Amino acid sequence: MTLRRGIFLSGIGVISAWVLLPIWLIAASAVGGQGQISAWPKPLWPAGGTLDGLASFLAIEGVWKATANSVAVALLTMAMAILLGAPAGYALARFNFRGANLFRVLVLMTRAFPVAILALPLTVSFIRFGVYDTAFGVALMHTTLALPFAVLVSASLFQAIPRELEEAAWVFGCTRWQAAMRVVLPLALPGIVATAIFAFVISWNEVFAASVLTVRNRTLTAYLLAVLSESPMHLQFAGGFLLIVPSVLFIFLVRKHLFAMWGIANR
Amino acid sequence: MPIRWLPYALIAPAALFLGVLFVIPLVQTGALAFQVHDAWALGNFTRMTGDLNFADALRNSFQLVLVAVPVQLCLAMGMAMMLRHLQRGRAIVLWVWSIPLGISDLAAGLVWLTILTDQGYLNSVLFHLGVIAAPEGWLTYETPFALFMAVAIAEIWRATAIVLLILVAGVQMLPKEYGEAAAVFGASPWQAFTKVTLPLLRPSIQSALILRTVLAFEAFAVVMALGGRNFPVLVSEAYAWKHFNQDTGVAAAYALVIMAISVAATLVFLRLLRTPVEQQT
Repeated sequence: MTLRRGIFLSGIGVISAWVLLPIWLIAASAVGGQGQISAWPKPLWPAGGTLDGLASFLAIEGVWKATANSVAVALLTMAMAILLGAPAGYALARFNFRGANLFRVLVLMTRAFPVAILALPLTVSFIRFGVYDTAFGVALMHTTLALPFAVLVSASLFQAIPRELEEAAWVFGCTRWQAAMRVVLPLALPGIVATAIFAFVISWNEVFAASVLTVRNRTLTAYLLAVLSESPMHLQFAGGFLLIVPSVLFIFLVRKHLFAMWGIANR
Repeated sequence: MPIRWLPYALIAPAALFLGVLFVIPLVQTGALAFQVHDAWALGNFTRMTGDLNFADALRNSFQLVLVAVPVQLCLAMGMAMMLRHLQRGRAIVLWVWSIPLGISDLAAGLVWLTILTDQGYLNSVLFHLGVIAAPEGWLTYETPFALFMAVAIAEIWRATAIVLLILVAGVQMLPKEYGEAAAVFGASPWQAFTKVTLPLLRPSIQSALILRTVLAFEAFAVVMALGGRNFPVLVSEAYAWKHFNQDTGVAAAYALVIMAISVAATLVFLRLLRTPVEQQT
């Protein structure tokens, strides 16, 4: 029995190492600087972490700007996805109305279509409307990716809040708006924050649309993709590490909501 | 009664947004793909299929999906079953295992590049073990199999987490009594798994397969990071036609091919793994 337990636990350890070791190795490559990259053979335990690699990466002209662009795009995406998605989710959760199913199907359908098919024609229309190569334009595109997710998840969040609480507020003289703001919203807030964080990550990680919709105002992913073939290895690794840090942090922040969100959004 | 129009007012912004930025581009892509110089023609498709990289891209995309997705499903199933038997520390293990969920395919490609590049960690380990004497190239067009494996491993590393979450969510909804009943009637753990757990998880497996297949056909930055254009896939070709050749028409034709494959795969999974009527709740 203890032998089986040992095998079981070492299995867990092996899988955890398979997940974590590559992240550790790119972190080591990112902070190790050029010396660590060109070292051969590499020490299996990276020697001495300096922040040289990361620092020289951040010192490159364009990296800061790309990072700032990525953050701006992700924040805009987050705001638009929640502001448009949460009311729609509330409508799906609280009302039986004609067309609700049609809307649900439209929302679900967006998942079956590749980003490429949406991004390509947008390059043309974005130029016409003057939003090509802007953070706002990329955020519009990213919102089409994050919005369906925000609608479905917030619908399930609102569904989980008893209707009676809202009705009680009406009895005590609240208007529909006041009841929604003061009773329902505070209860749904943690879930909505988690959804917003997910929208941020969806945008932060997106490569294809960001690459075709920008030229000079690149996001970090688009920048890295554009310089991939011409930049030295240690800069690529620093960039990759920079991409990973916020994502891992965010997954940690929303860990309690992961299931609620993925379990529901993928039903 | 203001209630009748209220739900419509609430969904209107989202519906309008998706109409303008989803439905219209969808139609436009079709127009882009089937038009050459503003006239309806199949020129973009003949140029696409006539391109040297088309057959390779198609084959590579399918190979990647056919290898990565089944491995992800089996691995995630194993992980979900392990989590079921873990009493202490379940939350932390689950968190660690779901970390790759937040990692983009570009970052995942760069992560595996640190390991698999000529002077990377894999070669260093092999050197220390005495297997190789000098750096060995894994990611060149001369080593297509190693390059393919590298891309597949990076995809498996990154995207198993999504499958895991969907399966764990499904496992949590299974009634415990079914497993107990199977044990009472003398089923071995393996029998209980194949005869009770697997059939009940069918809806979760279905949505995991649909999501992963669609997304695996979209994999692109991971390929660019590891192989550049040595390993063409459908999306990287669409990107190359748009970015290097400035030819949106052919890129749109590629996009339509990807969409057709995604929709077909979705329909196949919906049909193959449909939940029998008596199981629906």
